[in-house]
Amino acid sequence: MEIALLFLPLIASITSGFFGKFIGDRSSEIITSFFVSISALLSLILFYQVIVNNYENNVVVASWINSGSLNVNWSIKVDALSSVMLVVVTLVSALVHIYSIGYMSHDPHKPRFMAYLSLFTFAMLTLVTSDNFLQLFFGWEGVGLCSYFLIGFWFKKDSANAAAIKAFVVNRVGDFGLVLGIFLIFHLFGTVNYSEVFQQIPQIIDKDLLFLGIHIEAIDLICILLFIGAMGKSAQIFLHTWLPDAMEGPTPVSALIHAATMVTAGVFLVVRCSPIFEYSPLTLNIITVVGMTTAFFAATVALVQTDIKKIIAYSTCSQLGYMFFAAGVGAYNVAMFHLFTHAFFKALLFLGSGSIIHSFKDEQNINQMGAVYKKLPYTWILMIVGTLALTGFPFLSGFYSKDAIIEFAYLKGNTAGYYAAGVGVFTALLTSIYSWRLIFKTFHGTYNNNKMKIEEIHESPIVMLVPLILLAIGAIFAGFLFKDLFISHESANHFWGDSIKFLKPLNSDHPPLWIILITPTLVLLSIPVAYYLFIKNKELPNQFSQSNRPLYNFLVNKWYFDELYNIVFIQSSKKIGLFFWKTVDIKIIDKFGPDGVSSLIKNLSLRASKFQSGFIYQYAFMILIGLSALLTFLILY
Amino acid sequence: MINLNFISAEIFISVSIMFLLILGVFKKNSSSLIHNLSIGLLLITGILILNNYPDKSLTFFANSYIIDTLSSLMKIFTVIGGALVLSISKKYLKISNIFLIEYPILILCSILGMMVMISSNDLIVFYIGLELQSLALYVLASFNRDQLKSSESGLKYFVLSALSSGLLLYGCSLIYGFSESTNFNIIGNALKSTHYGLTFGIVFILVGLAFKISAVPFHMWAPDVYEGSPTSVTLFFATVPKVAALTVFIRFLYVPFINMIDQWQPIIIFLSIASMIFGAIAAIGQNNLKRLVAYSSIGHIGYTLAGLSVATNEGIQASIIYISIYMVMNLGLFSCLFMMKRNDQFFETIEDLSGLSKNHPILSLSFLVILFSLAGIPPLAGFFAKFYIFKSVIEQSMYFLAIVGLLSTVIAAFYYLKIIKVIYFDKEKEKYDTDHSTWLKVSLAISTLLILLYFIFPSKIVEIVSSVTII
Repeated sequence: MEIALLFLPLIASITSGFFGKFIGDRSSEIITSFFVSISALLSLILFYQVIVNNYENNVVVASWINSGSLNVNWSIKVDALSSVMLVVVTLVSALVHIYSIGYMSHDPHKPRFMAYLSLFTFAMLTLVTSDNFLQLFFGWEGVGLCSYFLIGFWFKKDSANAAAIKAFVVNRVGDFGLVLGIFLIFHLFGTVNYSEVFQQIPQIIDKDLLFLGIHIEAIDLICILLFIGAMGKSAQIFLHTWLPDAMEGPTPVSALIHAATMVTAGVFLVVRCSPIFEYSPLTLNIITVVGMTTAFFAATVALVQTDIKKIIAYSTCSQLGYMFFAAGVGAYNVAMFHLFTHAFFKALLFLGSGSIIHSFKDEQNINQMGAVYKKLPYTWILMIVGTLALTGFPFLSGFYSKDAIIEFAYLKGNTAGYYAAGVGVFTALLTSIYSWRLIFKTFHGTYNNNKMKIEEIHESPIVMLVPLILLAIGAIFAGFLFKDLFISHESANHFWGDSIKFLKPLNSDHPPLWIILITPTLVLLSIPVAYYLFIKNKELPNQFSQSNRPLYNFLVNKWYFDELYNIVFIQSSKKIGLFFWKTVDIKIIDKFGPDGVSSLIKNLSLRASKFQSGFIYQYAFMILIGLSALLTFLILY
Repeated sequence: MINLNFISAEIFISVSIMFLLILGVFKKNSSSLIHNLSIGLLLITGILILNNYPDKSLTFFANSYIIDTLSSLMKIFTVIGGALVLSISKKYLKISNIFLIEYPILILCSILGMMVMISSNDLIVFYIGLELQSLALYVLASFNRDQLKSSESGLKYFVLSALSSGLLLYGCSLIYGFSESTNFNIIGNALKSTHYGLTFGIVFILVGLAFKISAVPFHMWAPDVYEGSPTSVTLFFATVPKVAALTVFIRFLYVPFINMIDQWQPIIIFLSIASMIFGAIAAIGQNNLKRLVAYSSIGHIGYTLAGLSVATNEGIQASIIYISIYMVMNLGLFSCLFMMKRNDQFFETIEDLSGLSKNHPILSLSFLVILFSLAGIPPLAGFFAKFYIFKSVIEQSMYFLAIVGLLSTVIAAFYYLKIIKVIYFDKEKEKYDTDHSTWLKVSLAISTLLILLYFIFPSKIVEIVSSVTII
C-alpha cells in the first residue's frame, strides 16, 4: 500500500510527461488526477490506521548507497508525523490536480503541467517518508526542482523565468545550510539514518566544535545549519524573498507548492528532528525569534499589497512564522496542527483567488476588482470561509491551531515565549485586517475594472468549485475534529508516539482566560473595522498612508529586502563576476592562453609560408646555414 | 662461393628493368603493358625478398653488401609501396598525358637504387645506390615536362640534391681519411676519437641524409617539389624514398657512427624538434593539399627522427613502425586526392573539398579516418605510431623531446581537423566523377581499414618489427 501510495504519482508523471503527446491532453489530466486521488485515498486509509492502531512501518524499497559505514536505503517510513504529512500532501495535491483541469483549460501545455504537478507530489512524498537525511535531501531538492519548473511554467514570460531562478537560487542558500548540517551529522555519527542519529544525540551534548574560528557546541551547530535549510524552504525572514515572486506561477501551483506543502517542508524538518532540536535551547530560541519576526513582518507587508496572490503569499509566509515559533517553544505537535489546518484554508484561499483571477481573465490587482459577490456567489462564500478560518474566527480550524500556538508560547514562560505570544496576538489582528481588506476590496464596494464589463464576469466551472468546497469543509472542520488528536495533552504520548520527542512534557497548565479570549475578540472586532476602513470610509486609509508616507513606502517595498539584497549580494557578485570575466578571463587567461597562443602560431605560420620564397639560391643558402650552425654548435659543444 | 640467392631480388629487378626497356623500345603502344608488368615484377621481387628472409645478418662482396632483417623488411616496404603507387596512379597518368613507358621503368630504377642503399655496408656502395635512386627521381619530378611547375620542381630538386650529394661525398671522404676504410664496420671500430675532422665528416653526412628525408632546416625543397611534381610522383616522393633514407639513417647512426653517439645525438634531437614544430606550424597556412602533405611529411619525419635519437632498439623499431604506418596513411590520403577529379581535371586545394560529405559520404569517411589518424587520434593507427615513439623516448627520460612532440601534435591536429571541418560543415560544391579504377578503390579501402583496425592486431606488427635489432 505504501509503495503504491508513493509511486502512483511518479507513474502518473512519467505517463503524462513523456507520453502526453500520444495520449492527449484530456487523458493526461484524467490519469494524473486519478492516480494522485488514489494516492490520497490510500493515505487517508493509512492515516486512519495510524490513528486507530498506532500503525508504524518502515518499508525498505531498495538499498541506495552501501559504501563502507554509509548505508542508505530508499524507504517509506510511516509514523504519525509522516502520515499527517501524507494526508496533507496527497489530499491537497489531488484537489489541485482536479482544479487544474479547469484552471488550465486555455493552456496549450497541459500534459507538461500535470506531469510537473505529479512529479512534485512524488518528490514531496519521498521527502516526508524518508527514514534518513539523504533521502530527505533528495526529496528536498526534488520539490525545489519542481517548484522551479512550475514557477517558470509560463516560460515565455521574463518575469516568470526570473522568479523561477530567484526561487532556485535563494533556496540554494538554505540548501547549503542543510547540506552542511547533514555533512556534520555524518561526520559526528557516521550515519545519516534518523533512528541511529537520534539515538546517539545525547552522547554529544557537551561536544565543542571549532567552526569558522568560533567554538560552538556541536548540537547547536547542527540545529542551526538544519534550520537554515528550513528557513530557505519555508521562506522565513531573510530567505523569504523568493516566495512572493513565486506567485508568477499558475495559481494551482501557488496553492499546492507555495502554500500547503513544499513551504511547510521546513516546519516538517524541524519537527522531524525534534530529537535533535530538543537538546539545543539556543537554536529553539533562534527559531522562536525568527518565526515570530517573520509572522509580524509578513503580516505588515500584506497590509499594503495590491496583488491578490501576493497578499496571500505574505499571509503564508506569516503563518509559516507561526508554525516555526510554535516549534521554537517546543510545541511541535501544535506546529504540525497549524500546518495541517493551514494547508486546508490556505489552499482554499489560493484556489479561490485563482477562481477570481480566472473570472477576471488574469487580473490580479485587487484595486481593479470589487462588487462582484453577486456574480461569483460560490467563490465569495468559499473565500469568506477561508478568510474566517485563516483569521481564527471561533470554532473554525484556524481558531484552534493559532490560539493553541499563542497559548503554548505564553505557557513557555520565558522571555522569548511571552514576547512571541504578544507578537502572535498582534499579528493575528493584522492578519484579520489584511484578509478582510482582500475580501472587501475584491467582492464589495464598487466595480473598478475598466478592461471588462461586470456582465462578463461569470462563475468558475464546477470542476474548479468542487475542490474548493472540499477544502472549505476541511477548513471549517479540521480544527474542531482533530484538535484532541493533535494537541491534547494525552496525544503527545498517544498519537505522536516516537515521531516527536519532548524532552520535558509540555506544560499542562491552563493559560489565563484573557489569553484565550483576546485573539478571538480582536479578530471579531477587526471585521467591522476593516469594513469601515475599506468600504465605508475609503479615504481614511489613503489619508493615513499619505500622512505616513515613509512607513507606507517601507511596507509597500516589503521592508526594502529586495533592494538591500540587490545592493549587497547581486550587485557585488555581479561586479566580481564581471571582473573575473572581463579582466581575469579575457584579458589575462585568454590573452596569454588560448587566444595568445593561437594568434602566435597563426603569425608564425604566415612567416613560415613567406619564408618559402621559391628562389633556389635561398634554399641552398639555408642548407649551408644549417650545416654551419650544426658544425658551430658541435665544435663549441 | 658467394650465395647469390640472397641478392636474387636485386639481380631480378635489374634484369627486369633492362627487359622492360627493350620491350618498350621495340613494341609500339606498350605503356599499359609495361605498367602492368612493372607492378607484377615488383610483386615478384617482393616475394623473392620474402623468400630469402634472413635470420641473421649476412655480408657479401668483401663485406660491402649486407642482408639482414632490417634491410629485408625495409626492402619489402619499398617494393610494396612502389607497386601500390604504380597501381593507383595509372588513371592519373593517363589523364595527365604522361602515361609513357619510361615512367614505370624510372620508378623501378629508383627502387633498385633504394634497395642498394638499404643493403649497403660500404660508403661507395651506398653512394652508388643513392645516386641511382636520385637520378631517377629528378627525372620523375619533371616528368610532366610540358608543365612549367613540373620542370621547375625537377630542376630545383636536381640542383639542391646535387648540393647535398656534394656535402655527403665530402663527408664520406673525410671519414675515409680518418678511418682509412670505406667499410661501415671498420669505420665503426676506427672512429673513437673526438677529432674535429671526424665531427665535420659526421655533420656533412648527416646533413646530406637530412636533405633526403627533408628534415628541417634542409627541407626547403620539399614543398615546392611536392607541389610541382605530378601527384603520382608526389605520392612516390612522400612515401618510398623516405623508407630507404630512414634505413640508411639507421645504418649510418648505429654502425659506423655508433661510438660517436655524443656527437650526433644532439643533432638528431635538434632535427627532430625543428621538423616537428616547423612541420606543424607551416602547414597551417597552406591551402594546396600537396603542399600541405609536404609540410605534414616534414612533421612526421620529425617523429621518426625522435625515435632514432634515443639510441635503443625500441626506438629504432618505433621509427620503423612509424614510417610504415605513415606510408599506409599517405597511400590512403593520395588515393583520396586521385578521386578528386571532375571532367578529367584534378583538384588539389582545400576549398575543393568543401562540403564533400554531402555528395561523397564514403570518400569523406575515408578522408576522416585518414586525417584523424594523421593527427594521431586514438584508436587509429596514427595514434599507435606516435605512442610507440613517445614511449621509447620517455623510457630514456628524454622528456623535453616528448613534450615538444606532444605539443606539436596538438598544433598539427589543427590543420587536419580544419580539413575535416571543410569536408563536413562547409557549403557543398559540384559532384566529382566516380569512375575510379578498381585498384584505386581497393587501395583506399585497404588503407582505411588498416588504419581503422590496426588496434585489433598491434602485437603482430610489433612482433615482426621486433626482429630488427641493430645495436
